[in-house]
Amino acid sequence: MELSGDIQNPDDLDATFAALADPTRRAILARLALGEASVMDLAEPFAMTQPAISKHLKVLERAGLISRGQDAQRRPRRLQAAPLRSASQWLERYREFWEKQFRRLDALLVDLRKNDLRKNDLRKNDLQKNDLQKSDLQKNDLQANQARTKRSRRKQRNKSVQRFKKT
Amino acid sequence: MKNNQTFHIAAHGDREIQVTRVFDAPRRLVFEAYTRPELIKKWLLGPDGWSMPICEVDLRPGGKYRYVWKSDSDGQEMGMGGIYREVSPPERIVVTEIFDEAWYPGEAVDTIVLTEQHGETTLTQTILYNSRETRDAVLKSPMQTGMAASYNRLEKFLPSLVQEAKSA
Repeated sequence: MELSGDIQNPDDLDATFAALADPTRRAILARLALGEASVMDLAEPFAMTQPAISKHLKVLERAGLISRGQDAQRRPRRLQAAPLRSASQWLERYREFWEKQFRRLDALLVDLRKNDLRKNDLRKNDLQKNDLQKSDLQKNDLQANQARTKRSRRKQRNKSVQRFKKT
Repeated sequence: MKNNQTFHIAAHGDREIQVTRVFDAPRRLVFEAYTRPELIKKWLLGPDGWSMPICEVDLRPGGKYRYVWKSDSDGQEMGMGGIYREVSPPERIVVTEIFDEAWYPGEAVDTIVLTEQHGETTLTQTILYNSRETRDAVLKSPMQTGMAASYNRLEKFLPSLVQEAKSA
């Protein structure tokens, strides 16, 4: 079964997309892109029975993506690229739509990362200032403690001096 | 900034479209770009020549969002909105989507997953449509040429696109 490849009506495209929406079928097509192969050859890499592979092959045939060779015994399958080209044109439009948006998002993310770095630098500066302030405070605390200790010792001494004076 | 970002888009299963893309940024920032209105307006604009005059987001389960785009050239507007089902910053959002002028039938459910590795974020976005036909119609839609493709217009457009494919 060969497809002319010229006309792709919407129903054909449906069949093409349905055919492509399965990873096993995509793998079969990839294998056939390297050259024709028999059902046995195609079944080999999959943990699948031949009937299961044949089901997939029927879907691909109906979509016009593969054809059968004339060899009565082996009936090798061949890849038919034309429907894929049409399908990929459609997909390409859709892809371009998304990719345009993502490129804009790339540019926005560059800006967001720059702002992020700036914020981080500011935060680092603040943290460093905080650390300096902390150590300043600690020094102050230490000095305050020392001063307090000196004062209380002085008080005690004065008290004892006064007592001494009284007597 | 890398020029060749990994980008995949494909039909997935019966009813889904899956988009994957890697961004050169931590996912916290990608999540913000996806959810803060002042940031969304800067990139979620479709083709060139459109602005986003309305962008409202109530980011919580059950919260609503509303986007309205406007064409610079002819003032044509296109609106879309939906409800958040799950919000798990910075890794996951599940949200519904319906266009005002429905150019595909039913509601779509959009699942956005962000994973981060070595400072790079991988986005996996899966859009689930109500049927295979709807999903396929979305893939075939002329999004490139104008976002306001109502279902009626899509049907009129298809013959000319078939002609294009024929001559390609």
